[in-house]
Amino acid sequence: MEDLKLVISPSPHVRDTDTTEGIMVAVLISLIPVLAAAVYFFGFSAIRLVLLGGATAVATEAVFQKLRNKPITVWDGSALVTGVLLALTVPPTLPSWMIIVGSVVAIVIGKQVFGGLGHNIFNPALVGRAFLTASFVGSMTAWTGPFDTITRATPLVVGAARVRLPDLFFGSVAGSLGETSALAILLGGIYLFYRGILDHRITLGVLSAVIVMSFLTGANPVYGILSGSVLFGAVFMATDMVTSPYTPRGRWIFGVGVGLIIMLIRTWGSMPEGVTYAILLMNAATPLINRWTRPRIYGQGVQRS
Amino acid sequence: MSLKTFFGGIHPKYAKELTAESPVEILSAPETVVVPMLQHIGAPAVPTVKKGDEVLAGQVIGEATQPVSAPVHSPVSGKVVAVTDRPHVNGRSVLSVVIENDGENKWVELEPHPDPVQLDRSVILDKIRAAGIVGMGGAGFPTAVKLRPPKDAAIDVLLINGSECEPYLTSDHRLMLESAADVILGAKLLAKACGAKKIVIGVEDNKRDAVAELKKHAGAIEIVLLDTKYPQGGEKQLIKAVTGREVPSNGLPFQAGVVVQNVATAAAVAQAVRDGKPLVERIVTVTGSVINEPRNFLVPIGTPLHNLIEAAGGFTEEPGKVLVGGPMMGMAQHSLDAPVVKTVNGILALSKGEAVVPEPLPCIKCARCVDVCPVYLLPLRLEAFGMHEMWDEAKEYGAMDCIECGCCTYICPSKRPLLHYIRVAKNQIVAMSRKQGN
Repeated sequence: MEDLKLVISPSPHVRDTDTTEGIMVAVLISLIPVLAAAVYFFGFSAIRLVLLGGATAVATEAVFQKLRNKPITVWDGSALVTGVLLALTVPPTLPSWMIIVGSVVAIVIGKQVFGGLGHNIFNPALVGRAFLTASFVGSMTAWTGPFDTITRATPLVVGAARVRLPDLFFGSVAGSLGETSALAILLGGIYLFYRGILDHRITLGVLSAVIVMSFLTGANPVYGILSGSVLFGAVFMATDMVTSPYTPRGRWIFGVGVGLIIMLIRTWGSMPEGVTYAILLMNAATPLINRWTRPRIYGQGVQRS
Repeated sequence: MSLKTFFGGIHPKYAKELTAESPVEILSAPETVVVPMLQHIGAPAVPTVKKGDEVLAGQVIGEATQPVSAPVHSPVSGKVVAVTDRPHVNGRSVLSVVIENDGENKWVELEPHPDPVQLDRSVILDKIRAAGIVGMGGAGFPTAVKLRPPKDAAIDVLLINGSECEPYLTSDHRLMLESAADVILGAKLLAKACGAKKIVIGVEDNKRDAVAELKKHAGAIEIVLLDTKYPQGGEKQLIKAVTGREVPSNGLPFQAGVVVQNVATAAAVAQAVRDGKPLVERIVTVTGSVINEPRNFLVPIGTPLHNLIEAAGGFTEEPGKVLVGGPMMGMAQHSLDAPVVKTVNGILALSKGEAVVPEPLPCIKCARCVDVCPVYLLPLRLEAFGMHEMWDEAKEYGAMDCIECGCCTYICPSKRPLLHYIRVAKNQIVAMSRKQGN
């Protein structure tokens, strides 16, 4: 048994099979129902925007890393996730060049300037979306109804009472590509939860805050959750691992904070919807939340006998 | 019956089926045994024999000269051929007594005691100390020292650890099945030695056959079924799961009124006090995907690792990594010449594919390490502090409370070596406090 070439490494010597690439692939899989709903309700435009958004994000990341002489890491899938998520938050009629600009901003300003994967403070897709909203207000609020290209108001603008609840649930309303079908979002969310990727504390925190605030402000909580992008934000955006807290209590606080800010903006702000800014604001608060909610360590504060 | 457990932890692939059904086989001593003077935590034993001496099996060949130490006995009769540094499973070279086995198995005269439970506490303690018994679950803390906490400590519970939460290993499982009476007798003797009124044996629910066997002999001893989850057998986790108490940070189990002993230690105590037999053999699981016939052996201490692997049919292919212990906390070996010591509960051989150390990706703050940490640390922060040499911050965030179970590294989807950097930080913190002390 001489001359064996044995690997020497510190314990542990076995690893879980889940990988970061696997998580990104799972997020993409979870978006399939949302994507299908978007194509069903808004047609070819959905495919156009998602392909452009995703491809631009991947290409931008590769070019940026090449320019900086860094290893090119687009195969981890994170850029693709960002691009696809961004595309799902824009109106179906958004011009192609705008989604490209938004996707470039998401990757460069939202992610790479901070040092790439894992180092960004703000959700990159929402950075892209915020940029688009600020720059192209008209195009970013030109909602069209499902199955047509006639401009309509979203349920948040027309008022909840004038939209049928089944339409809200299945998604047959005007809105951004991915946000209209609650059913599709829930299917994706259940899959992510089952895969151990979606943190229920964040999602439930957002939803419970919206429900409670709806009651307090006299609004209908069911419409509060189903209209606009609350559900999409609570399932796919607020739960972004990189930009949400890593402490157990912090995740509840983060989720509730997002829900509260959404309702503050909706109720008293000048915009009909506030999910993007609510999540970005709580992203900014995440380091502080982490610091304030450190778990009690086993055995600390225990009396010695 | 609801299972007791702790918060956090992981469910790795247990792979115990490789050896769980294989009865313990007695492996006779090889022609030459290498007996290290350090087989425990604390000061090494000091050799009492020199080259050329004839020794009997069971004879003291190394004596404990410090308070925290344990004597070492010869596992065979024969002739001392060298007292020299030899490779040790801890990765270093350790002063060892090399004995040529004469094959006659001549023993020193043993002092059996037919009714050991009637013995005085101090007599039991003396016999445990003289038999060289140390914690056989892996840590190797001298048992007699552990049974004698400071005078004002009130021990009310003796916890016998039969959880065997490390994947692959079945040596404790087989011991409980085949020597349940010894485990129970050992538990009673240990309880008497530390003054505990209550005895609880904790066993993971993947070993219900062992529980049934223990219950046949248990009498008033309580046997608790534990959730099959790693690190259920960690001392602090076991105490929390069974008693609901926590060991104070930076403290020891006796401060929670508990003494924890492994089932193999208990069986060794029974043999030491009842039969007068020192600790010179133990059960070792030899397993892994590249071992021909994985199985359990009762082997003399000092048997080189390669003898056990050969006895298990050798390798099916060239191994990538050979571990002493389980895959979560085991030590990677560079030489198979190192001998079995009192703390070796298993030898695990991994294939070249299984031995590949994955390339780390950036941390995506998924916080799975936070969710699995059984002492509620923030491993991702501690790793960053360790990498960036921020020792004060590492200390402030509880690095010294880390039990090095490895759950964080195991679960990390970015394959980051979290525990490695936490260890780096711990070593630096200890080094700094030593410096300040001087």
